[in-house]
Amino acid sequence: MRKLTLPREEYMTPGHLACQGCGGALAMRLALKALGKKTILSIPACCWSVIDGPFPYSAAGVPLFHAPFETAASTSAGVSAAMKILGKEDVNVVAWAGDGGTFDIGIQAISGAAERGDNILYIVYDNEAYMNTGIQRSSATPYKAWTTTTPYKFPKSRPKKDIIGILAAHKVPYVATATVAYAEDFVKKVKKAAQMKGFRLIQILSPCPPGWKTPPEITIKLARLAVQTGVFPLYEVENGEKYKINIKPKKLKPVIEYLKLQGRFRHLTQKDVEEIQGMVDRKWKLLLAKEEFSKQIENLL
Amino acid sequence: MGKDEKKIVFKTVHDLPPMAMSLGTMWVNKTASWRNLKPIIDYEKCIDCMICWKYCPEPAIFLRDPDERVAVDYDYCKGCLICVEECPVDAIYTEEEGK
Amino acid sequence: MKRMAIVGNHALSYGALLSRVQVIAAYPITPQTQVVELLSEMCADGTLKAEFVKVESEHSAMAAVMGASASGARAFTATSSQGLALMHEVLHWVTGARLPVVMGNINRAFGPPWSIWTEQTDSLSQRDTGWMQIYAQDNQEVLDSVILAYKVSEQLLLPTMVVLDAFFLSHTSEPVEIPDQEKVDEFLPPYENKYILNPDAPHAFGGLTNPEWYMELRYKIHKAHEEALDLIEKEGREFEKMFGRYYGLVDPYKVDDAETVLVAVSTAASTARHAVDLLREKGKKVGLLRIRVFRPFPYAKIKEILSNARKVIVLDRNLSPGAGGIIASEVRGALANLRNHPPVLSYIMGLGGRDITTKHIMELFEEAEKMEEGKDIIWKGVKL
Repeated sequence: MRKLTLPREEYMTPGHLACQGCGGALAMRLALKALGKKTILSIPACCWSVIDGPFPYSAAGVPLFHAPFETAASTSAGVSAAMKILGKEDVNVVAWAGDGGTFDIGIQAISGAAERGDNILYIVYDNEAYMNTGIQRSSATPYKAWTTTTPYKFPKSRPKKDIIGILAAHKVPYVATATVAYAEDFVKKVKKAAQMKGFRLIQILSPCPPGWKTPPEITIKLARLAVQTGVFPLYEVENGEKYKINIKPKKLKPVIEYLKLQGRFRHLTQKDVEEIQGMVDRKWKLLLAKEEFSKQIENLL
Repeated sequence: MGKDEKKIVFKTVHDLPPMAMSLGTMWVNKTASWRNLKPIIDYEKCIDCMICWKYCPEPAIFLRDPDERVAVDYDYCKGCLICVEECPVDAIYTEEEGK
Repeated sequence: MKRMAIVGNHALSYGALLSRVQVIAAYPITPQTQVVELLSEMCADGTLKAEFVKVESEHSAMAAVMGASASGARAFTATSSQGLALMHEVLHWVTGARLPVVMGNINRAFGPPWSIWTEQTDSLSQRDTGWMQIYAQDNQEVLDSVILAYKVSEQLLLPTMVVLDAFFLSHTSEPVEIPDQEKVDEFLPPYENKYILNPDAPHAFGGLTNPEWYMELRYKIHKAHEEALDLIEKEGREFEKMFGRYYGLVDPYKVDDAETVLVAVSTAASTARHAVDLLREKGKKVGLLRIRVFRPFPYAKIKEILSNARKVIVLDRNLSPGAGGIIASEVRGALANLRNHPPVLSYIMGLGGRDITTKHIMELFEEAEKMEEGKDIIWKGVKL
């Protein structure tokens, strides 16, 4: 028997319609390994509306409800209420949505479900733009990135929305970031979240070769570099208070190593790169401080 | 369910369920034709680390019988080559399709 | 069985209670709030064993009942006007997913300008969403219609909207018979649906469907509506056997020998019934056709009843600007294929909750006597 670092069971079939090297497809494969069979997915408009396959087929080995764009959280709230009244509380009620459906159009329903404490695990596979409609900017698109609606001459002028901060402010029991490169970390987080009650959210950075203008084989490399450069740190927040950084590189790699591999950043000037480096450094220091602060708070209380 | 799964054929409206629901899986959809380069595992070099298995987004890398070494299912491999890129010992090389 | 004086909103709540709904998701809006307030109390004191999701919008309310219904729970919501409009996207989705959700809608005029009073444009704007629509004329019918709606919806996998007038019903107390729970249980079995989200038999619902089969799935929805035409009347008769009250697709009154028939819905129809009686006393051959079920549209019944009339008046408390009365346009459509169809006089009146009195309706009949041809639109009561 091989020594595997992940559950062996597969709940997603091949033959699905994801592009080559799709981070979002791998994210689903890993998530289902963690969640297992007793899972119900609600999926709003996103790449996965297509990836799962056309009627009458599905690549997901668990029940799946295709839902309107802004309703991943609200549809799941209904599924969750039904599970409770029907005595099926052992089922993982999972909302599975892209960044557009989460950061933008779905955020009202998410805020509602989070505040109510609906028993939902919300997983956002974040590919940092509306990829399914052909690469339009979302509020998850990073600063200075190219998309079809933020062309090279006018790249995105605002930083990525801090979805984890927003959810942490709702005092939900668990929010976390993950990437497909750190597969064991993601699976562990999904399992941990699945054991908890209430509203939980995991944001998994999922590189998109066509949208990021990258060759498909470097999907994992990019996801790893996002963590190693501090562009996308891996951390968890419990009850809106307790911050824990899961992967803490001794020294962050320069962001240029991450940016230079991607066509969506090819227009960046030296000055742009320096500015982004400054933003990343600042964000990383703030995160370290938050982790430290939450330790102190614990001692104080 | 699995590689031998047959496509579902509807003839008339009466064959359909009331709503669009899945009655089979995407195993019916072989994606080999998406591939330009074919990853090939060199079993001499392979150290059985399972990294290629872990990162395959299809998944088209499986544990073959009976020795449980990794193998590529060429009916489904789309040729993204993440496995080639991530292999720590360069045990996966590529060949152009049709050669 | 007990008899209570309750408002129309509470008649909806009792209908949901007796139907043993399992998941409620709702958002407050005037004039619907009493529906959810009473249901909240019923859930809180254990009278009703249901999960109540207090959502942050009507859009989420409809999405939540959709998720619940897809998971095998009997689901209920209620709203009005702007709230119904906000649900619009999900109303279509519920139909496409073939989920037997039942909701109450209190008819209220759209803003701007703000209005909280009755008008049917809100629900009639949802005409093409594939929801069955029942327009009740009194609070007893409101309560009974909720139970009947689940009975029919769950057999056909179609959603139903039970519609009532703001204030005239929603906030007006009327004596209502509250049926015994055991008898309702006998009439309405627990919700069972094999097409649900079930980890033991996993299916994906609503996946991308290409042009090869989309049309057939739409055809099935329409066929289910056609089946509903018979089923609504069949279940109406079953209901009558158990509870002594019959509800069908339409509710004709003194139409057999009527030369002029007025078509109306909801409380305006109750008022019209009184006007018909008064005119009959004067020897006028007038009648009333109340349309109770607007979707599925009862073409055959309407044709059958109106084909004998010399003139048809349609009273619309709604407006499709640029076209006119929505019900009139449907009635004209129904009559169009008759060889000799009566002229139709289309009246717009009572918008934004303006009173429609017996006197007004008697005037319509009197005006109709003088007109030989139909009219596409006649504004009644506009201060010109």
